[in-house]
Amino acid sequence: MTTLLDPTSERAPGTRERAPRPSSLDGKTIGLLDITKARGDVFLDRVAEHLERRGHTVLRFAKPTFTKPAPIDLRHEISAKCDVVIEALAD
Amino acid sequence: MPGVKTDLPDGLVAIVKRDCPTCTLVAPVLAQLRTAYPGTVTIFSQDDPDFPEVTGGAIDDRDLEVSFSLDLDTVPTLIRVEDGTEVARTVGWSRDHWTEFTGIDELGLDLPPYRPGCGSRTQDPAVAAARATAIGDRALQSRRLDLGEEEDDAEAMYERGWSDGLPLVPPTPARVVAMLAGTTRNPQDIVATIPPDLVECTVEKVAINAVMAGCRPEYLPVVLAAIEAACTDEFNMHGLLATTWFSGPVVIVNGPIAKAIGMNNGINALGPGNRANATIGRALQLVVRNVGGGRPGDVDRATLGQPGKYTCCFAEHEDAYWEPMHVERGYEASQNTVTLFAGEGVRGVVDQLSRTPESLTRSFAACLRATAHPKLPIAFDAMVIITPDHLRVYEEAGWSKAKFREELGALLQIPGAEMARGADGIDEGVPESLAGVTLPKFRDGGLLIAHAGGGAGLFSGIMGGWASGKMGSEPVTREVGS
Repeated sequence: MTTLLDPTSERAPGTRERAPRPSSLDGKTIGLLDITKARGDVFLDRVAEHLERRGHTVLRFAKPTFTKPAPIDLRHEISAKCDVVIEALAD
Repeated sequence: MPGVKTDLPDGLVAIVKRDCPTCTLVAPVLAQLRTAYPGTVTIFSQDDPDFPEVTGGAIDDRDLEVSFSLDLDTVPTLIRVEDGTEVARTVGWSRDHWTEFTGIDELGLDLPPYRPGCGSRTQDPAVAAARATAIGDRALQSRRLDLGEEEDDAEAMYERGWSDGLPLVPPTPARVVAMLAGTTRNPQDIVATIPPDLVECTVEKVAINAVMAGCRPEYLPVVLAAIEAACTDEFNMHGLLATTWFSGPVVIVNGPIAKAIGMNNGINALGPGNRANATIGRALQLVVRNVGGGRPGDVDRATLGQPGKYTCCFAEHEDAYWEPMHVERGYEASQNTVTLFAGEGVRGVVDQLSRTPESLTRSFAACLRATAHPKLPIAFDAMVIITPDHLRVYEEAGWSKAKFREELGALLQIPGAEMARGADGIDEGVPESLAGVTLPKFRDGGLLIAHAGGGAGLFSGIMGGWASGKMGSEPVTREVGS
């Protein structure tokens, strides 16, 4: 493991902060990302059904393969089109 | 050392290592001492606690904590401790010395009378360097960031926003400790208050950024002086950072240190290829970026900027006909200094035909008049960087630097009518109320003259400045410390 000394004034936290969480999903576009593990789609279909019944806009995305990180274009597309993302991880 | 307080137990203390023939030789003697003085003979081994087998091993000092605390040169070393104080020591093997030292007559009778000792492991350069790093490391106070196993260190530094766009050297504790060896200053000394966030910057923070910039430790005093000079009210680093204009801090290094650290004052002095030139200027910029929080597009509002804002640092020729910049500014030739100038990019002055100083000076005046705008006087400073081929014209005619200044100043007295708004069909210019007066292109102190460059070329350089003097920035010279 590499240890580096912080060259800054240390006014910002050393670790990256999470994006702020929305207080409500009203009016938000929700992305559902399927990492293409088996039956993730079944889970996300059901999540989409619930969200759409409550009047939310849902967009569906899928990684080409679960073995690799999502391609940068896909990540850009999700961040441009969605306010919130739900990711179906694991089997 | 004798007379020094120690944590060692009273009695005799021996420090040995297996990898020393003399220590192997005296092992039976140590066993003999143990028998003669039960419970008061303490043995430390620097490399193997099982050694000496005849004494049933030794106390483990492979980390050399005890050896370093005793400031050892040689093993075996035999020390006598009384009341918690070292009172005597002997090194190597000498039957006479050991006999006298221990008070036992028949000591090592089957051994040769004398054998020199071996080097203590504390004298191994690699061990001593590691020790210095460990001690220095403990004194560092900056936050430590542990990168993830999968994280690439170069990418990690980009992601954290530390880079000016070019790759950085990872500031590991070992590299920062090595960098701090370049100065006698305490790592926690405050160097300056860095704009725009007005953060007090320690020597340690400068060293971290100097490592990232690619500096060698011997450059650090120059970097420290450059930061001190930049962060004065007169130089006004805050305004220089924030301006929409092109300029950034230009560092001119004078004195013997320039040669000592291998700076370039010759061919391509303002260009790439020299580590000291490239990294000293960059270290200054990285300190402003990382410690001061001054970043392009944030507080740095430059409309276009210019490549000299990555780094701009060079040394002067000092063995030339004209006195160097620091001497002109009141320092001794033997002093090491940095002079900070708020400069834009360099532009060329071509004059391949002038063989008289009168003609060549007119060329300089014509080109200098265009600084910022030919119709704007006084508001902008400039620096002339005269090259050896051009300086020779002045040397051959016997013109001093002062004479050049005087003649150039006279040529740069410009009638207000030529510069008034609307004159020459150009709206830019001075208010029409000044049309009747003559104005100097440069304020007093607003024109620096440096001498650098090499090889062939009847060209010199002009570096335009920024808003001059109290309105903006005053050139500042500072002596380089140790």
